[in-house]
Amino acid sequence: MSAPDVPTRGPARVAPYLISGILVAIAIVMPLTVPLYARATPALWGLPFFYWYQLLWVFIAAGLLAVAYAIMRKEDRRRRDAVRGQEAGR
Amino acid sequence: MSAHLLAAATATGAHRPVNWTALIIVIVLFVLVAVIGFLASRWRTDASARGLHSLDEWGLGGRGFGTWVTWFLLGGDLYTAYTFVAVPAAMWASGAVSGFFAVPYTVVLYPIVFVLMSRLWSVSHRHGYVTPADFVGGRYGSRWLSLAIAVTGIVATMPYIALQLVGIRSVLTVLGLGSGSNAFMADLPLIIAFVVLAAYTYTGGLRAPALIAIVKDVLIYIAIIVAIAYLPAHFGGWAGIFDAADKKLSATNPATGAPFGAVIPGVTGFNAYWTLALGSAMALFMYPHSITGVLATKSRNTIRRNAVYLPLYSLMLGFLALLGYVAIKAGTNPVDTNGAINAQLVVPQLFLDTFPSWFSGVALAAIAIGALVPAAIMSIAASNLFTRNIYRDFFKKDATPKHEANVSKLVSLIVKVGALVFVLGLDQSSAINFQLLGGIWILQTFPAIVAGLYTRWFNKWALLVGWAAGILYGTITAYDVVNPATHAHFGGSIAAFPGTSTTVYIGVTAFLINAVIAVLGTLLLRAFRVKDTADATRPSDFGADEDDPKVAEIERSEPLLEP
Repeated sequence: MSAPDVPTRGPARVAPYLISGILVAIAIVMPLTVPLYARATPALWGLPFFYWYQLLWVFIAAGLLAVAYAIMRKEDRRRRDAVRGQEAGR
Repeated sequence: MSAHLLAAATATGAHRPVNWTALIIVIVLFVLVAVIGFLASRWRTDASARGLHSLDEWGLGGRGFGTWVTWFLLGGDLYTAYTFVAVPAAMWASGAVSGFFAVPYTVVLYPIVFVLMSRLWSVSHRHGYVTPADFVGGRYGSRWLSLAIAVTGIVATMPYIALQLVGIRSVLTVLGLGSGSNAFMADLPLIIAFVVLAAYTYTGGLRAPALIAIVKDVLIYIAIIVAIAYLPAHFGGWAGIFDAADKKLSATNPATGAPFGAVIPGVTGFNAYWTLALGSAMALFMYPHSITGVLATKSRNTIRRNAVYLPLYSLMLGFLALLGYVAIKAGTNPVDTNGAINAQLVVPQLFLDTFPSWFSGVALAAIAIGALVPAAIMSIAASNLFTRNIYRDFFKKDATPKHEANVSKLVSLIVKVGALVFVLGLDQSSAINFQLLGGIWILQTFPAIVAGLYTRWFNKWALLVGWAAGILYGTITAYDVVNPATHAHFGGSIAAFPGTSTTVYIGVTAFLINAVIAVLGTLLLRAFRVKDTADATRPSDFGADEDDPKVAEIERSEPLLEP
């Protein structure tokens, strides 16, 4: 490599990554915890719990990811601006 | 997706009459899609880019797809026709464990995509990587590891393309084609469909399936929304449907002495259920066709936004799976042309039995076109792998972008002919067996690709040995699974975890073996101070966005700076 590594983003903050990480982890672990939902009752419109619970998680997981996306987009912009501000000041 | 749904033959003698109304609708929509496919090469291309003379243009659609196009493209790419046919078929034949796991699978898929894929996008954008093997080759400085990733990708993709043909064939069968006495005439519609597909993929590259995906998705959403709004009420409500499913599945299978399946899995099925879902989710975005869809996007955040919107397809898949139970209640009788029961036909047959011919035509066309989109993307992805990581790396290091594009276009034709020969020459169940194996194999590329996105700690040889061990274990174990009814090998994708009687997805066990060997091997090689430091990437690459300069540009602007 000839050119030096010019950072594309400034240093990360812990909090946004931690919060997004927890949201993402919930969206992975909850739909996979089978003992929580492997039962027939309470049924909804004739659908056993096993089925409507898993379909409900389609929405919950998407919602969690939407929040995580908003957080990450903000943090990503902040990190990018940090680098660009530096360049402008040089 | 789950395999071995070909239930025991019950000869009822079946010459299917041709359903002309439905057939004409299918043909009209197919012609419409073909026209779109041929026009696609002119879509969003500058005059200078006509002819698509680079892999960025031909194989990645110009690397400029925004959120909406990507949503349709990936939706059409990941939720294949075979999925639409096989998941309800599995529900119909054996219930939740082999069918409904597709729902948690496609739910946990997106958190994984959200975390991993923007990093892969960034580093690939910076370095102009077209395939996952390009990234692995650059990251580890090893064309052998890169070759292993590329070959795994190609071999796993081929049967997947073949299964798309199985999806089209199931549609043609219920339409009444394919029961002719002459074998060539019976397969002719399938051959024509594939020749047309091959032609517009050749001229339009990734733009063709991207445009067609929009048509296909509109059709499939219409078909499923109508089916879900109408069918449950028509057959007496969900409660009655689940009662009928429970009654059919809890009956004793004479071949095994155990029930056919269960509406709600018992305790012994829990680990199979979640490992199938997790392992499949980890594997899906290691497939070259998924990564092609990711790398074709415009910016770092496009794929993340899509991780929020794409689950709408998972909801649709969930309802489609439930149509398998609706078919039980409806008494659908999926008889193949040879008179045997073929579970794969259950959803097309349900539509044809219940709806007017013209609407069945729309639904069946949606399934058939839904097979063309992933087949096109898969063949593009496989030929890109061949061109970049086998042809260029091992035979012609100085290949120009135009030469690469020409090779890739040609190989995409060969790949499709290969898949066609596969389906026509071998029986359908071997295509399913190989696809089952393909899922296990592709999961073995996860450690090298995903670890590489975060760290260069792993030794390239340790990763290669881990990969080989995972493939070996997965193949042998899958071979040893015997179908209790037919006594055939490759009878399923779950087996006991070594040393226990707990049954889990074979791919997950193989992945654990692979990862443990990669870690231990790296520690061992480090203890002996084996040098392994080659790395073309730099930390800044993994966070780069569309407006950051590409590596080629940086090197042009500062060529004299030495480290």
